[in-house]
Amino acid sequence: MSYDKRHDGRDWSEHRPIECSSGVIPNADGSARFKIGNTIALAAVYGPRNLYPKFLQDPKKGILRCHYNMMPFSGAGDRVRPGRSRRSQEISLVTEKALLPALELNDFPNAVVDVFIEFPQTDAGSRCAGICAASIALADAGIAMKDLVSAISVGRIGEKLVIDLDYHEEALEGTHVADIPMAIQTRSGKVTLLQMDGLLPPDEMGTVVDMGIEACRKVAEFQKSALKNKFSDKNE
Amino acid sequence: MNKAKHIINYLSKDLRFDGRKLNDYRDIVIETGIAETAEGTARVKIGDTELIAGVKMSIEKPYPDTPNKGVFMVGAELLPLSSQDFEPGPPSSWAIEVARVVDRGIRESGALDVSKLVISNDEQVWGVLVDICTINDNGNILDAASLAVMAALLDTKFPAFEDGSVDYKNKTKDGLPLTEKVIANTVYKLEDYLITDPTAEEEKLVSARLTVCFTEKGEICALQKGGNDALSKEEIVEMTRLAKENDKVLRKHLG
Repeated sequence: MSYDKRHDGRDWSEHRPIECSSGVIPNADGSARFKIGNTIALAAVYGPRNLYPKFLQDPKKGILRCHYNMMPFSGAGDRVRPGRSRRSQEISLVTEKALLPALELNDFPNAVVDVFIEFPQTDAGSRCAGICAASIALADAGIAMKDLVSAISVGRIGEKLVIDLDYHEEALEGTHVADIPMAIQTRSGKVTLLQMDGLLPPDEMGTVVDMGIEACRKVAEFQKSALKNKFSDKNE
Repeated sequence: MNKAKHIINYLSKDLRFDGRKLNDYRDIVIETGIAETAEGTARVKIGDTELIAGVKMSIEKPYPDTPNKGVFMVGAELLPLSSQDFEPGPPSSWAIEVARVVDRGIRESGALDVSKLVISNDEQVWGVLVDICTINDNGNILDAASLAVMAALLDTKFPAFEDGSVDYKNKTKDGLPLTEKVIANTVYKLEDYLITDPTAEEEKLVSARLTVCFTEKGEICALQKGGNDALSKEEIVEMTRLAKENDKVLRKHLG
């Protein structure tokens, strides 16, 4: 089967519609909501705060902890059992690594910055949506950052390279689909998350990264406007 | 004076720190259809307190002691995203209490007719699995959770069921077999005052609470006394009366 037109009418390099806003959770030090297509991520930042047990502390700098979690009713199929899974732990880890290079935590020895990412609804691309939400929430919390982090998945359907697979495309039958989630620091263009499920000819690697960077920079514009909107609305 | 003293001082003048009367609710907003992946969802905001309840339907084997009844379950996730007081990990006792009190009202009233959820006796029944996820905790999670669960159940549509498996992509037009709307109403004791819908700051000063779930006819279908303090008979009677008054307010929001 050849996939010569996207089922939702998008161009090959077009991401799904994005909506995002910051400051959505009053209790948190920083928060954001990032919606891409039917995937919705909520992120809340708590900290820098004291870290216990003490042996986890780093006397030189603050540490970052990310927690990725799907709400039990957020999956397309059966109920997702609450609590940590191997999948959610791995995504939490790569999310941490995707965000860490952009953060400046030297001013917070022995402290922790906790980032909680929750999904009320998912339709593929959740780790990327989570990273985008987390990045806005960290900026909203006033944590010093060297750069903004944006993420999106590059896909390969048959021989076609595309941007931002949804679940329908990820699960296409009768054709090879590769899913390559990427995160970049938007100004430097350096890659902080790169994973892949599927098959990819090595000579396409450069094109994939270029496409990812270009798409992430488009996403970054939405993130920036979410932050600007919050602070221009404030009349304090 | 610290804030706690101010809060109590205001109560003696029949006022709350935020300007409400003792038994006023904050603004209540209920929205349904929050997540397409669920069979039913509702978001409830009471002031700054916000949570989502979502319903997933699945095919289950009935419990051996109730072979001709469907499965109903309520869980509560007090997400660390929603408050600095919540930590990641297995559900706390407080999360379990919230889930069980909400569950009890619906179960004991027969609001969900589980006998109509049977596909084949002893073999296959529908499971109605409800999860509460907190987004922001600023007090009175109990009442908000109960309201959200009821609204989510009312929003639920059966997914298509063909050849022994569920097709989650196709929702039918059939709603759940609901006979009742049950809502939990909690009255809180703070010093010698009985108040409704506390903020998180007020909740920290609460010494006891009583949750009363009412049916549409006004019968009590579940009770839960919480908190460290003991309650007198007079207090229990008065708290029940106040809860009944509050029930009218909450019921209007549920439509």
